[in-house]
Amino acid sequence: MKKRKFGLALSLVLAAGTILGACGNDEESASKGGESKKDNFTVGMVTDIGGVDDKSFNQSAWEGLQEFGKENGLQKGKEGFDYVQSKSDADYTTNLNTLVRNDFDLIYGIGYLLAEPMAKVADQRKDSNFAIVDSVVEKPNVASITFTEEQGSFLVGVIAAKTTKTNKIGFVGGVDGSLINKFEAGFIAGVKSVNPKADVKVQYAGSFGAADKGQAIASSMYSSGIDVIYHASGGTGNGVFAAAKELKKKDPNNNIWVIGVDRDQFEEGKVKAGDKEYNVTLTSMVKRVDIAVKDLADKSKNGEFPGGKVIEYGLDQNAVAIADHKENVSEAALKATEEWTEKIKSGEVKVPKTRDELKAMKF
Amino acid sequence: MSNKLKQYGQRSIKYLITSARNMLIPIFSVILGLLAGAGIMLVSGYDPISGYSAMLNGIFGDEYYLGETVRQITPYILAGLAVAFAFRTGLFNIGVEGQLIVGWLAAVWVGIEFDLPKFIHLPLAVLSGAAAGALWAFIPGLLKARFRVHEVIVTIMLNYTALHITNYLILNVLSDKQDKTENIAESASLRSVLFENWTDLSRMHWGIIIALACAIIMWFILEKTTTGFELKAVGFNHHASQYAGMSVNKNIVLSMVISGAFAGLAGAMEGLGTFGYAAIKGGFTGVGFDGIAVALLGGNAAIGIVLAAALFGGLKSGALNMPLEAGVPNEIVDIVIALIIFFVASSYFIRWILSRFSKKGVK
Repeated sequence: MKKRKFGLALSLVLAAGTILGACGNDEESASKGGESKKDNFTVGMVTDIGGVDDKSFNQSAWEGLQEFGKENGLQKGKEGFDYVQSKSDADYTTNLNTLVRNDFDLIYGIGYLLAEPMAKVADQRKDSNFAIVDSVVEKPNVASITFTEEQGSFLVGVIAAKTTKTNKIGFVGGVDGSLINKFEAGFIAGVKSVNPKADVKVQYAGSFGAADKGQAIASSMYSSGIDVIYHASGGTGNGVFAAAKELKKKDPNNNIWVIGVDRDQFEEGKVKAGDKEYNVTLTSMVKRVDIAVKDLADKSKNGEFPGGKVIEYGLDQNAVAIADHKENVSEAALKATEEWTEKIKSGEVKVPKTRDELKAMKF
Repeated sequence: MSNKLKQYGQRSIKYLITSARNMLIPIFSVILGLLAGAGIMLVSGYDPISGYSAMLNGIFGDEYYLGETVRQITPYILAGLAVAFAFRTGLFNIGVEGQLIVGWLAAVWVGIEFDLPKFIHLPLAVLSGAAAGALWAFIPGLLKARFRVHEVIVTIMLNYTALHITNYLILNVLSDKQDKTENIAESASLRSVLFENWTDLSRMHWGIIIALACAIIMWFILEKTTTGFELKAVGFNHHASQYAGMSVNKNIVLSMVISGAFAGLAGAMEGLGTFGYAAIKGGFTGVGFDGIAVALLGGNAAIGIVLAAALFGGLKSGALNMPLEAGVPNEIVDIVIALIIFFVASSYFIRWILSRFSKKGVK
């Protein structure tokens, strides 16, 4: 009995030791951090709840930061570059402040969900520099990074128009709002520029996370004769892929395609029918958040932080593009995209960003 | 006579020992959890001392973090009270999450729609949050009382209903297809300039006062009023209470309504204090579910819940600091936190160990 009690006492002492030891260590490490600071240009980013392995823009942004770190010989951590992950939307403000308190020279917020918290924190911490991806925050110490998604969407629209056999094309959007409307307008303009006879049916799922709805919409689209669907709907798009793969599995001769978004979604389109491998991903509209993040970090490091400005990344910086996997795209379509890329870059063609601008083009 | 006295004396000693042990169990389980967490960090190659010191830093390392921790604790206290109150009447309210969400929306709604002087507007917004939560909890209460439908099933299902109904309302009624409402009027805000100045602009708000007041209210209702006595009696034994002339059905509904009001208040704290708006949620906030653990750890008593909420809030906000300061990855942090909660929840196991230790003392 006594032995057991002794054991209990021992573990209690150990536990207390751990906690107290932690207290003592506290100040030491804090002061150490303070001293050795400020030789490097440090960059931090706050993810949204997706985290750095979301296979989408958070991951892409983190890859950009890692690239920046590698080029400048920085280590991951407080003295170099690092990220903080948000577990709920209550964490955005805390995480932004944590990076401010650790004296990061440039602080990224990844995704439009951080726009509101960033605007507030930027007001309170006027000495820190911030950058927001995919949204606009009008503060003197915030740089806003946006992408010309309409240009990339235009190009995949050209491919869709060159690929369709039925002249019926579908667009599945996530949430109906100005961001996804950019994709929609650019895509329709691309389709109609090449093939005025083609008809584009537009439908919104109302969510970026409703794969079931995406699947239902895509199924009904395919059964109405549509053979190419472009989705700009995040996780909802998984349902679009699922619908296409199901049809392909039933009948491999089905000529149906999905166009992916944000990153190369080639892997998502793989399907096995019988013994043969097929792929329903025609191409993807790739948004290179990494390029933008790295570019802005480079600029800031050279003392050219574009505070208060909105920087658009687009075809010129290769920040929006069609995906590298081009197996399923015909020669003619590829050639057409090259032509149109030149026309957009030279300013000969102006791609619409909104439904109103699209209407004004009178296709 | 002397025999009776002796018996009485023995019983009170027994009572003292059990209540001391009841206090000991949660403390012991937290320590065990911390130790197990340290073990996990050691095994996966991270320094537990720097890990825990980073956590402590994130809890009260400086005034900012202290403020954020208090902010995090606020809804936990109320969610814990909500679960515990129902539990004392023998009801298991899993629906705190849903009641919290509707309370959040209702409070924000009143905060946006009305234009009133602060001393009317703020209480009105807070109370409407409570009322909405109470109403949401009234449904399972009524179903249980009338038809003996099990409250666990109803409340779980009502969580989803609440989530999607509020999302719909935010999208279509409170905003024009935006993913969040506009900000509440200043006159309905719980924000406090005083606290912001004290805590270097953290989001700590007046809600903590409301939460603590609610803890006192719960203690008062349960321990000092006839209603409380009836509620508890129903919790101990339905049949005996009925036999004693209490209305079991009335008490079931009443208990759920009060529980729901606490939960709705927790939502109002988030809406009026932390965020200042309501946003579309992809999933649950988790606060309501954590409330179950808070109530369990706090022994379903007001003071215990305040302490347990402090622990949970501390863990949550401290954990955010661990990846950046100590290099412990998010996943490990999640495991450590989960282990602590696991040991807390397995108090039966710890009770058993403790009873082995002190078998001789009691019997």
